[in-house]
Amino acid sequence: MKPVAVSTQVTCFHCGEDCGKHPVVAQELQFCCEGCKMVYEILNQGGLCDYYNLSKNPGSRQTSIVRENKFAFLDDPSIAQPLIAYSDDTQTHVSFYLPQMHCSSCLWLLENLFRLNQNIISCKVNFTRKEAEIIFNHREVSLRSVAELLTSIGYEPYISFSNIKDARPGVSKAKIYKLGVAGFCFANIMLLSFPEYLGIDGKEVNLVRLFRYLNLLLSFPVFFYCATEFYQGAWRSLKHKFLNIDAPIVLAIWVTFARSLYEVLTGTGSGYFDSMTGIVFFMLVGRILQDKTYAQLSFDRDYTAYFPIAVTRLNNNGESSVALPDIKLNDTLRIHHQELIPADGILTRGKALIDYSFVTGESLPVVKEMGEIIYAGGRQTGSNVEMLVIKEVAQSYLTKLWNRDELKSGKKDEQRSFVHLTSRYFTWVVFGIAAITAAYWLVNDPTKVANSVTAVMIIACPCALLLSNTFTNGNILSMLGRNQFYLRNAQTIENIAKANHIVFDKTGTLTNGASLEISYEGELLTPQQQQWIALLASQSAHPLSKAIAEHLGDRSPESITGFTETGGLGLRGSIAGKAICMGSKKFVLGNKQGDEKTAVYVSIDRKYRGRFIVKNHYRENIVKLFSKLRKGYSLSVLSGDNAGEKDFLQNLLGKRAGIYFHQGPHDKLNMIKQLQSTGKKVIMVGDGLNDAGALKQADAGIAVSDNCNNFTPASDAIIQAEKLPLLHKFIRLCRINKRVVVSSFIISILYNVAGIYFAVQGNLSPMVAAILMPASSLSIILISFAATNLAAWKLGLK
Amino acid sequence: MSAIIILLVISLIVAGVFLVAFLYSVKQGQFDDEQSPPIRILFDDTPNSTKHQ
Repeated sequence: MKPVAVSTQVTCFHCGEDCGKHPVVAQELQFCCEGCKMVYEILNQGGLCDYYNLSKNPGSRQTSIVRENKFAFLDDPSIAQPLIAYSDDTQTHVSFYLPQMHCSSCLWLLENLFRLNQNIISCKVNFTRKEAEIIFNHREVSLRSVAELLTSIGYEPYISFSNIKDARPGVSKAKIYKLGVAGFCFANIMLLSFPEYLGIDGKEVNLVRLFRYLNLLLSFPVFFYCATEFYQGAWRSLKHKFLNIDAPIVLAIWVTFARSLYEVLTGTGSGYFDSMTGIVFFMLVGRILQDKTYAQLSFDRDYTAYFPIAVTRLNNNGESSVALPDIKLNDTLRIHHQELIPADGILTRGKALIDYSFVTGESLPVVKEMGEIIYAGGRQTGSNVEMLVIKEVAQSYLTKLWNRDELKSGKKDEQRSFVHLTSRYFTWVVFGIAAITAAYWLVNDPTKVANSVTAVMIIACPCALLLSNTFTNGNILSMLGRNQFYLRNAQTIENIAKANHIVFDKTGTLTNGASLEISYEGELLTPQQQQWIALLASQSAHPLSKAIAEHLGDRSPESITGFTETGGLGLRGSIAGKAICMGSKKFVLGNKQGDEKTAVYVSIDRKYRGRFIVKNHYRENIVKLFSKLRKGYSLSVLSGDNAGEKDFLQNLLGKRAGIYFHQGPHDKLNMIKQLQSTGKKVIMVGDGLNDAGALKQADAGIAVSDNCNNFTPASDAIIQAEKLPLLHKFIRLCRINKRVVVSSFIISILYNVAGIYFAVQGNLSPMVAAILMPASSLSIILISFAATNLAAWKLGLK
Repeated sequence: MSAIIILLVISLIVAGVFLVAFLYSVKQGQFDDEQSPPIRILFDDTPNSTKHQ
């Protein structure tokens, strides 16, 4: 095969990403890296190349090579046991969470896993949850090899400490059963009520009685089973001495049922069974829509989800895996490249370069020498290091913060939606009307008292309010979900709508954690000098050196002599007889005053030439977002980083905005508390564990994530990072929510007024009730859907 | 008259069968994952290519 001049961009056959200048070639196919090629070869050998036919470039990039014994801990039965769902003599069932799963090819490949290893009996994928349930013969193949096989084809299982402890929350099946039963009973009761409404022949007494008793029979399951949903809600709220909307609804259901029962048993009427079951049915539909959860997301993660499940412990006879809670004081642990430090300790071997960005918000890794203390939560990059544990996992500096009682307990003691308060006024009004009616009839015609009062109670149940609320909430939740802004529950909509202050974290939230922007200021460098600097910088593994080497591009072909690196400070070396020195201001110039920016200084031949200024790369369209938000909200930024970008941020947020740097997790939490004590309702937008306290303390905590399936700290909402610029629109939509609920409620009151007109006269016929009730329910549903969709369309959301 | 009663009984039974079927399918978890079954049905039973062309 002739070498082909590559002029156009070559994309990787496996993952579809740009292969760069030097693609890896195998069997005339191009790959971006060895990892992708390896996956291809495994699949090719296994006869699974259909993978590449089902969708184009289905793989995910294999940049980070998983170290060989990463899953060694699965050999330890005490660690593996909680992961296993079921096990007998020959088979084991295990369920893995595979975050890389994203397309039909993934599904196909995973379900054909048994072709790669005959001891895997079956693999069934749950796409919604990104889980694969694997059944394998544990006599022939170990759990560890299964995990390694998945990793080798590009689907590394994500196993964390919290997997073991709790099952993920699912949609409550009981509610769906109740809905099914209510729907069945409602439809049949309606059918059986028709003859009477349409004027069945009065002589068919037996038939009329049959229909009535059948209706009574069919209403039992609704009254005693389906409606328990509301009984429980009402009981819970009464126990907390708080009257929520469920209480008046329960009252209405009971009154309707008692009166209908009385009418049927005494043969005086047909009762309002259809109205009662219909109300219950529609309200259950609303509840279920509103409770729709995102099965693949978790809003309740604590630090244990972020930490690894086991680490390597060194002892006299080699190394072993140890589960996180079993780490003892004075253990020696080996931390590998890209592994998290699980507990506070002292570095005993190797040079650590620890990325604390997720924990503290510092954007650049920190160098630690032997003998220094390293804190739990940082991610080691570079070589392996060893550490001596000085505090157990639960006692470590950062874990202690997350274990604080105030953060552990439920967020707000009692979440009180405006709907509950409105329903209270509504209930008093209804009681008032009922009392006046009773008084009137007591004077004029005492026989009509019971009749008219119960009719008022039946017709004026606040179910319209509940319906408009649940349907609007449900629709807004799903619209926001389509735009990749996922809310924990409906209450969050209101909390976001009420807010008047927004606090942002910087690193990872406003900036994109991964990329750096580099600019140079100082004496102009010749191309040759640039190549020298690139060569020198490329010798170091420090992220700043790497970024500069990449920024400058071509390296000098000359060789380098006398290279020395002073950890975390700078580099020295001589190229073509010139002594080149680059690093911190102190390292290059000897003084360290007034330098808040992250910069790398360069001298050539002992003469200072200039400095490279490193800036975080801000996310796209952030400027526009702030120009919108500035109008309606007071803003602040809390950053764990240095103050290098203060001016830029101040410009971005406006003069009145508070911008604070060097903020630890405690400071952020206290800042939110302070804002709240001045009466502000605060939204916190953050991404890392250092924001976890603040996210929880805030009235609404929004976690930003580049990939929603990755770890996010506990929060009320999760937003896909690329959608962050739309935040102001999302907030607008949340504010519209209340208006829609109230307006559809007002419209439904018109129906109620019509109903009450009949009710106070004591002649509310079951047919009028049966027409008014579904008509008002349906119009509420239509209005709330139309209004929210119109609002979203106006805002330009999907 | 008796025809109506027979029809009534039949209609309730038919509706009841559907209710039971619905409850059963929810219990079996048929609505837990709505994404993979429609994809899965399109796959061939056996991979039809051992080597990629």
